[in-house]
Amino acid sequence: MSDTTAPKKSETREPLFHIAKREEIVWWKAWLIRAAAIIASLAACAAISRFLGGIDPSSFFRSMLSGAFGTTRRIWKLFYELAILLCISLAVTPAFKMRFWNIGAEGQALIGGLATAACMYYFGGRIPTPLLFVVMIAASILAGMIWAVIPAVFKAFWNTNETLFTLMMNYVAIQLVTFMINFWVTSGSGTLPPMSEYALPTIGNAWILNIIVISVLTVAVYIYLRFSKHGYELSVVGESENTALYVGINVKKVIIRTMLLSGALCGVTGLLLVGGTDHTISASTVGGRGFTAIMVSWLGRFNPIFMVLTSFLLAFLGAGANQISNDYKMNGSISDIITAVILFFVIGCEFFIQYRIAFRKHGKEEK
Amino acid sequence: MSAFFTQLISILTRAIASWMPFLYGSTGETLTEKSGHLNLGIPGIMCVGASSGCIAIAIYGNAAGGLDAGSPFLCLLLSLLASFLGGVLMGLIYCFLTVTLRSNQNVTGLALTTLGTGVSTYMISKVQNADFVPANKFFTYSLRSAIGQNAVTDSWFGELFLSHGFMIYLAVIIALIAAWVLKKTRVGLNLRAVGENPATADAAGVNVSRYKYLFTCLGSGIAALGGLCYIMDNLNGNWEYSIAEIGWLSIALVIFTLWRPNLGILGSVVFGGLRILGNSNFIRGVDKSVMQMLPYLVTILVLVIVSMRNRKENQPPAHLGQNYFREER
Repeated sequence: MSDTTAPKKSETREPLFHIAKREEIVWWKAWLIRAAAIIASLAACAAISRFLGGIDPSSFFRSMLSGAFGTTRRIWKLFYELAILLCISLAVTPAFKMRFWNIGAEGQALIGGLATAACMYYFGGRIPTPLLFVVMIAASILAGMIWAVIPAVFKAFWNTNETLFTLMMNYVAIQLVTFMINFWVTSGSGTLPPMSEYALPTIGNAWILNIIVISVLTVAVYIYLRFSKHGYELSVVGESENTALYVGINVKKVIIRTMLLSGALCGVTGLLLVGGTDHTISASTVGGRGFTAIMVSWLGRFNPIFMVLTSFLLAFLGAGANQISNDYKMNGSISDIITAVILFFVIGCEFFIQYRIAFRKHGKEEK
Repeated sequence: MSAFFTQLISILTRAIASWMPFLYGSTGETLTEKSGHLNLGIPGIMCVGASSGCIAIAIYGNAAGGLDAGSPFLCLLLSLLASFLGGVLMGLIYCFLTVTLRSNQNVTGLALTTLGTGVSTYMISKVQNADFVPANKFFTYSLRSAIGQNAVTDSWFGELFLSHGFMIYLAVIIALIAAWVLKKTRVGLNLRAVGENPATADAAGVNVSRYKYLFTCLGSGIAALGGLCYIMDNLNGNWEYSIAEIGWLSIALVIFTLWRPNLGILGSVVFGGLRILGNSNFIRGVDKSVMQMLPYLVTILVLVIVSMRNRKENQPPAHLGQNYFREER
């Protein structure tokens, strides 16, 4: 730059600011940015609901808190919702860490649930109950694995786009469930009556068993990703496939193995939903949690411990936003809007964690 | 004419009518994906497109003192414009997050779908069905009803090609233009370069962000028209909440047609036919849900075959789903 002539120098305009990748960020700074984003998003939501529904901010927050923590039952439900969301998020996390965009968790969990329901339907009362439980667990895990491994095999051997493949598998699963229900329920009502007598045993109330199982799974997945050789291999594949090839990691094997794990955990989610709480199945048993899990996992930076926090955030949002739409008779629209706006803020704030904005320094560059 | 032929023509006609709207969705999504962005917000965008189009009709109707008093042309124009702008606005949100802030595209798209369904439910709850349902007759006014009955319009040709509302033809025109732009123009070449390898495009002097913004927003606007078309042409103006599901099928259609809008015209008829078959008793003894599974299964099959044959021109854009940051390698 030094040898350019004076009039040319004025032509090379330096932009007002430029964006650079951060080397590293102190952990508390990152969380401060996230907290600021959540507070800003809540303020935005309060403003939006004031504008749309004439809800004043104080009753907005009161309604939201009461939806999540209002009664003991609601608190239990919140923690149950947190646990289920966490479980399905744990399932997608190993795959995401490998940069395998498995957005088919919805279908994988649904198929796991379908296998559970099938076992309850065909074997319930015919074989001893403890054996039935074993069969249910095995069937649901196997079903989830099969549903997940199909896209993985095609990805590994022919590099088929996994995002689109797993997305399509969701809808195949949903139609399959509808088909099986029509097949089982001859009356044509389209709903399978609960088979509560074959449900998984409960401890205390209907939710505690799920919560315990999922807590154990969280720790297990954390250890698997952080300390095992498998976990190391899949993160190398995620960072750079070429590096993985160079150091002698069998990429195909890692992809298939990780998706088997992912599918198995989805199957467990289906088992817990059908065998543990619902005791029946419908096309909406998983209810979009498979998609929400993608956000939970991504916002939690693929770390199972952080994901406890992010799934709490999303479970809280769901409960609170539902309460607002009930309280103000807004037919669900406001809860969708609130959830989306908060997500936008939280998604957007990651930018400020990963990048920094450097403003133009006046006069200092020119010597 | 044999009964089978008559039935076939009737199914084909309904296939065109029922699925052509979703040609909008797939054309829009193709343009977006060609710029390297997988927009999973299409279902939400289509919802917003439908509701903002309906709102515009309601507002115009009230201002003109009843829909019949005003000019049908102006009413349609306003409605299309509102729908398109609604889609562009949603596209802008998506672009700001994924292009400028480089957020994860899948996560942003899914959140956009949530927002879209919420916003459209809210908007439509503010007006009465009676305010916009009468506009349906403007949308379904066909050439056949303009010309009147004669030998041509009564024949199978008339039923198959002349009995549709104008939005069906508009979908075909937009798809053909999109295909031409992508294949034959410099803009299309640059756009494909951005989707295949943004770093190379950047080095060649293409403004990557501008292309991503422009075509993602344009694609969203086109997809939004699909929502309006679905409500007005197909459901006769009755608001229904199943648009989101249709949006997912539009995304499937993009894969099915190998990212080519001109193939999309045929593909949408195939999808439409499958859907009509799914809802009718044309094939006895097969459950509806099996037939409704078919579009997805066929899409998976296409995806698999294409990746196995590994022909370069049939692959998804190489940088689909990955954000571009100049300093990253």
